[in-house]
Amino acid sequence: MGPLIPNHLIPIEWNSIIAIIIGIAFGFVLEASGFSSSRKLAGVFYGYDFAVLKVFFTAAIVSVIGLYYMDYLGYLDITQLYVHPTYLWAAIIGGVIMGVGFVAGGFCPGTSLCAVAIGKLDAWVYVGGILLGIFMFSELFNVIEPIYDGYFLGNITLIDSFDWNPYWFIFIFSIIAIVAFAVADMVRKKVKKVFY
Amino acid sequence: MDIKNQTNSHVYWNPYFGGFILGIIIIFTFYVTGRGLGASGAMKSSVVTLVDTVAPTHAENNAYYSTFISEDDSPMNTWLVYEALGVLIGAFISGGLNGRIRWRIQHSPKITSQRRLVFALLGGILFGLGAQIARGCTSGAALSGMAVLSTGGFITMLAIFGSAYATAYFFRKNWI
Repeated sequence: MGPLIPNHLIPIEWNSIIAIIIGIAFGFVLEASGFSSSRKLAGVFYGYDFAVLKVFFTAAIVSVIGLYYMDYLGYLDITQLYVHPTYLWAAIIGGVIMGVGFVAGGFCPGTSLCAVAIGKLDAWVYVGGILLGIFMFSELFNVIEPIYDGYFLGNITLIDSFDWNPYWFIFIFSIIAIVAFAVADMVRKKVKKVFY
Repeated sequence: MDIKNQTNSHVYWNPYFGGFILGIIIIFTFYVTGRGLGASGAMKSSVVTLVDTVAPTHAENNAYYSTFISEDDSPMNTWLVYEALGVLIGAFISGGLNGRIRWRIQHSPKITSQRRLVFALLGGILFGLGAQIARGCTSGAALSGMAVLSTGGFITMLAIFGSAYATAYFFRKNWI
């Protein structure tokens, strides 16, 4: 039963090789979906291209349905998966800062790596900016630490937080995504086309 | 359609198809490794390595760097660094197959290259800072978090998109 490496069904030595293979697939899909273009990415915020919304939410829904279905069938123990920890205010403040960075720079870290690979110089500068941002964070760590380590709620899921039934939640989440896709298509028809 | 594909290198995959394949990759990643994808983690390792090489004492005294430094292993020897190297290779293959590889600065015709680069640097700094505070970026926190219904992942995702939409008006000259 999965996950395979934590349960020693695949030796740990394979971890790094699997990482490269997964990375290649990840990078290929992001680039092929057009995520190496900052103007395409930024389209989601101005209504002329909703590729980010569509790719991002399709991926989120496919993965959450797949993982819970594999758990249901007994191929995977979902309780053994790493759940991103919830530090309430760090998640909010960090997210807000990242949002401004996203519109200003037109990339997020993963997509900027794709753009770096195909020679976009703005992405090289953007990655330089990220390194600088991380450096600033580390140097200012003493000041930021109360937010960074505070308001820790544990490695919780929405199921723990709100006592929801996961299957109903995933169903409703999927409906919301489909409605969002339909609305996105309607908005895009109304917005002036931008060629890039 | 064939002619369009040959002349326009900006023909991309159908977004639902791309999203579906990406979802399968996330499932595979969790199934094999028990963890999700990431992107900013590799950049953090790079900064830690850089600072540790240039100023080792400073890195050991800093409460943040020191958590990633150990005596017998390089901070670059982590899963996320190998994965990020893979991302570079994968994107290079896809870009190469579609004839998208060349040196250039992509920006709206209404702004100069210089302005684009200044905003790219600024955006990068903010994203780097925010990704450290939230312990992950759109890949690690939002996407991989949402795949296991992590509360923090959903909060970060809402905060990223909420603040991006809220501030999009002020950056509109750069894009439209």
